Amino acid sequence: MKFRFGLRDLMTEALAGIAARPSRLLLTTLGTVVGVAALVSTVGLGQTASGQISERFDQMAATRVVVEPDEMEGRDGSIQATRLPWDAPDRVGRLAGVASAGIYAQVDIERARVRGLPIHDPRGTIDHDIPVVAASAGLVDAVNGVIGTGRFFDRGHDERGDDVVVLGRYAAERLGITRIEAMPTVFIGDRPYTVIGILDRTSARTDLLDAVILPMGTAITRYGLEAPDALEVRTVLGAAQLIGQQAALAIAPNNPSLLSVTAPPAPSSLRADVSTDVNAVFLALGGLALLVGGLGIANITLLSVMERVAEIGLRRSVGATRRHIAGQFVAESVMIGFLGGLIGAAIGVFVTIGVAVVQDWTPLLDERLAAAAPLLGALIGLVAGTYPAWRASTIEPITALRSG
Amino acid sequence: MTTTDPDHGASQPVVEMIGIQRSFPGPPEVEAVRDVNLRIMDGEYLSIVGPSGSGKSTLLHLLGLLDRPTAGTYRLDGVDVRSLSERRRSMLRGERIGFVFQAFHLLPYRTVLENVALSMLYRPISRRDRIDRARATLERVGLSHRLNFEPTTLSGGERQRVAIARALAAQPTLLLADEPTGNLDSGNADTVLDVFDKLHAEGLTLAVITHDVDVSYRADRRVRIADGTLTEQWDDVPTPEAAT
Ligand SMILES: Nc1ncnc2c1ncn2[C@@H]1O[C@H](COP(=O)(O)OP(=O)(O)OP(=O)(O)O)[C@@H](O)[C@H]1O
Ligand SMILES: [Mg+2]
Repeated sequence: MKFRFGLRDLMTEALAGIAARPSRLLLTTLGTVVGVAALVSTVGLGQTASGQISERFDQMAATRVVVEPDEMEGRDGSIQATRLPWDAPDRVGRLAGVASAGIYAQVDIERARVRGLPIHDPRGTIDHDIPVVAASAGLVDAVNGVIGTGRFFDRGHDERGDDVVVLGRYAAERLGITRIEAMPTVFIGDRPYTVIGILDRTSARTDLLDAVILPMGTAITRYGLEAPDALEVRTVLGAAQLIGQQAALAIAPNNPSLLSVTAPPAPSSLRADVSTDVNAVFLALGGLALLVGGLGIANITLLSVMERVAEIGLRRSVGATRRHIAGQFVAESVMIGFLGGLIGAAIGVFVTIGVAVVQDWTPLLDERLAAAAPLLGALIGLVAGTYPAWRASTIEPITALRSG
Repeated sequence: MTTTDPDHGASQPVVEMIGIQRSFPGPPEVEAVRDVNLRIMDGEYLSIVGPSGSGKSTLLHLLGLLDRPTAGTYRLDGVDVRSLSERRRSMLRGERIGFVFQAFHLLPYRTVLENVALSMLYRPISRRDRIDRARATLERVGLSHRLNFEPTTLSGGERQRVAIARALAAQPTLLLADEPTGNLDSGNADTVLDVFDKLHAEGLTLAVITHDVDVSYRADRRVRIADGTLTEQWDDVPTPEAAT
């Protein structure tokens, strides 16, 4: 036993109905296509441009995301805390939009002091109160660091826990080290470390310039470092907000809420200043095109009802109720609208990407918008098809058959 | 269910029309059917003859619940059709009544097979069964070789047979046919009429409109309509042999 005239039957009939006249179908969808394409590309270009604008204003601030461990009061009143995992850079590195990532930690060297052995120091040693920090190989890139001389350590140093350091520029000055060809050594407590490079500047975490920087692996083996203090992430332009939303989950899938993520605010105010006028015009045009598209669908569906009066009569004669007839015409116009929305969304996405490529911008488009566009088209089809469908359903079978 | 003779079977009236009138408001007002009293028994085979414009098609539409009389009472299976909802009327048409229209009304852009299967679309029959039954019925009217043709590519007689197959595929209990053999050569007409005879023997009630005296003589009973008025035809008219 089956239900009479089920959804599948309805779809089959509606599809056959619209497929009968393919060229008309294309014309009918045109308004919806144009409207949806205008809306999608307006929003897409707006989002893309906002990324571009923030680059112009402050590239670094717009691409920096910092993740730190945090505490949270559990439901039972206990304090829950978490640690950043050592492989946090790798975990966020898998997210699309991350340019580089590295971890950072302050190292507690207890009462030990940092000493240098400058050649010209007559006393041989001077104690300095220089902070010691640890970094992973990726950190320097993540904070836009520039090495003045020598090099930053790599993964190998990190993994082996080599006794090497990179000096921040001011730390190097205080220690009197300006050249590294001779492989100068600094002492932390009594242990010697080879200086392999000097960090000249960074655009974030400038305390690195005052510090002696150890590879993470070395800090773990020598000083029992337990966990990183922070993860520095540099994103591609415009992706910072998105990465800000995704980072915690990527790092700690089990309890992402225990991490505190600092991401730049969405530069909506900037966008508002710069492109409100343009957006308003395009959105208005898109809305107008959609209205025209809806009227077009209504018009053509009405025409189609009139043309297919004999078909309506025939269907009534083989048992179709008014509801069946109305349902079929509504289903047809919903399909037309959906199709228009689909094509329009595709065009909108291509326009966004095309303009972005030409302007050398990073194309940005909320994928939910692209997914919602065909549904918007279907909704327009639904509204537009209602009146013609009602008209079709009220035609008396005899009138319908006589006119055929 | 083998009542071939309505006078002797324990049959019930399927159709009962009392003082039925159908006029179309003008100007000028046309009284297409006037004061028709007609009773068709269960399993009866009735033919309706009459000149062009006499109201035959109008009467058939009234019989098939496609139209409403302007006056009079029509009982179908003993139920006054005025008491039926629009929805119920639609369902009755789908379940009980088969139409062969004078103008065929085949859907362009749909294949012959789809056109025939359409007659069962609004009934609780699975898609597969609809297709199977449509194919079997088309075979019966000799169109197995045209299943996937579109109606526009068929000859007039082929279209007529598609329309007949469509009416029969849904297995109605009342068949209303408007000039079903009008476009057929005698061979094909005989095929169709043999199918009618067979269905009649199985208990189908038929009302067939025709111009053809031969065709009308295959029925149990003949009525004549002229100028919207119905009269019974007795056998004082020429025999089929004499007519041809
Ligand atoms: N909607 C209508 N409005 C006005 N007149 C109508 C309408 N429908 C039918 N008629 C008239 O009613 C009369 C009977 O029409 P009908 O179609 O029943 O004739 P018919 O007997 O089937 O003729 P034919 O043998 O040519 O098919 C005709 O004169 C026709 O003009
Ligand atoms: Mg007629």
